Amino acid sequence: MNLTNEEYGKYVKRHALPSPVVKDTVKAFVIGGTICAFGQALQYLYVAVGMDKEIAPVMVSVTLILISVVMTGLGLYDSVARHAGAGTLVPITGFANAVVSPAIDNKAEGLVLGIGVKLFSVAGPVILFGTLSSVVYGIYYYVMKLMGV
Amino acid sequence: MAGVIKFGNKPEILASSAVGGDTEAKGNLGKYFDMTDPTDRFGKKTFEQAESEMQRLALNFALKKSGLTPDDLDAVFAGDLMNQCTGSSYGLAEFGVPFFGLYGACSTAAEGLMLAAMTVNCGYFERAASVSSSHNSAAERQFRFPLGYGCQRPPTSQWTATASGAFILGLCSGETGVVLSEALPGKIVDKGITDQSNMGAAMAPAAASTIHRYFSESGMHPDDFDLILTGDLGQEGHSICRELLLSQGLRMGENFSDCGILLYDSEVQDLHCGGSGCGCSASVTAGYVMKKFAEGKIKNILLIGTGALMSPSSVLQGLAVSGIAHLVRFSKI
Repeated sequence: MNLTNEEYGKYVKRHALPSPVVKDTVKAFVIGGTICAFGQALQYLYVAVGMDKEIAPVMVSVTLILISVVMTGLGLYDSVARHAGAGTLVPITGFANAVVSPAIDNKAEGLVLGIGVKLFSVAGPVILFGTLSSVVYGIYYYVMKLMGV
Repeated sequence: MAGVIKFGNKPEILASSAVGGDTEAKGNLGKYFDMTDPTDRFGKKTFEQAESEMQRLALNFALKKSGLTPDDLDAVFAGDLMNQCTGSSYGLAEFGVPFFGLYGACSTAAEGLMLAAMTVNCGYFERAASVSSSHNSAAERQFRFPLGYGCQRPPTSQWTATASGAFILGLCSGETGVVLSEALPGKIVDKGITDQSNMGAAMAPAAASTIHRYFSESGMHPDDFDLILTGDLGQEGHSICRELLLSQGLRMGENFSDCGILLYDSEVQDLHCGGSGCGCSASVTAGYVMKKFAEGKIKNILLIGTGALMSPSSVLQGLAVSGIAHLVRFSKI
């Protein structure tokens, strides 16, 4: 084979079947949108049954997390996610799934060294860099405030 | 460098068996398995233990078919995809047979067959077994994401087979009449592919290199074979391999296929490019191919076991995935 690694890499990229971007995007939009619409409907429902308006959005998040966790436990979540892509990843459902799936996966290795160590193996970077960026933003906000902006 | 090895003393496959999971049972070759388990757990608590159990079951089936006991085996050459080859060591410990643990990634079945045939051909061992396996859930956990994690797999990705295949080799006694007549060990080929979800492309150059070497050294022609099977290139890698060979002047015909493509039903099962893993080529050869030999439908085949050499750390460190391809020739006498 006379191709250099670079030539082969280009050839492989040309050869590979591309992801069906339009189909994937439409599915992500429809499923993701449905989850969000469902969340909004839940919020209206919670307020209608007399829940405090401040508390209702939090309870919506908690409900969506619960549904996502139960579906992950039943092995249904990934069958939906393989079609939905970012549609299930972006809402809070994706984060719940990212924490629960390693917990279930590593049960056999024990409570501490299995679940304890691996719980944030997927979500860890999100938590770390999410917290870090909030610190950066906090400092920026403080400085701006001192400067009277 | 030694070229194609010719086994003059005709090491014969005395018996073979294949064990698989649920996805394999529902695939194209479901009926060629000796046993499949719809739960994928084979009565064990964890998927890792299930993989070991598959190896134990596969060797047991092969022993039963050949009418041999573990004491009749002089050695077993075995491998799998798990860390430190524990799938094989836990699965085969109870047989009490001298054990060689192999790691050839998904090429392990061909590697084990070749080594077993060498030792039998030279007379070091009267009988030797070769066992290999992979378990989808154990491999996903080790190499990719947690099982329940919702993510989309790219179209070039493949599905690690939950399967195991076992072969027992001995000096020719006419049991099955299928002998290993030739072998060609593969070289490590690195073409700089770093995409973990395109293993077919990473392994295709190695397969093409071994196939090209075989046909230039042996004087054989691709049309001389009923089947030329690559191990687990999948649709993507197999098509690349065909094009690479064509660019080197070797036109492969309709008889050129791939165990990973044969194993699953691509129309229904939505497993993208097809099967992969040590268990893929092992079970397809031990189940389907050996059955076709028994039915007299095929007489001469080549198996080119393909493996992607990498670890989860090497991938994260940005190292390329290199490929290897070992060739063995099965002939009916």
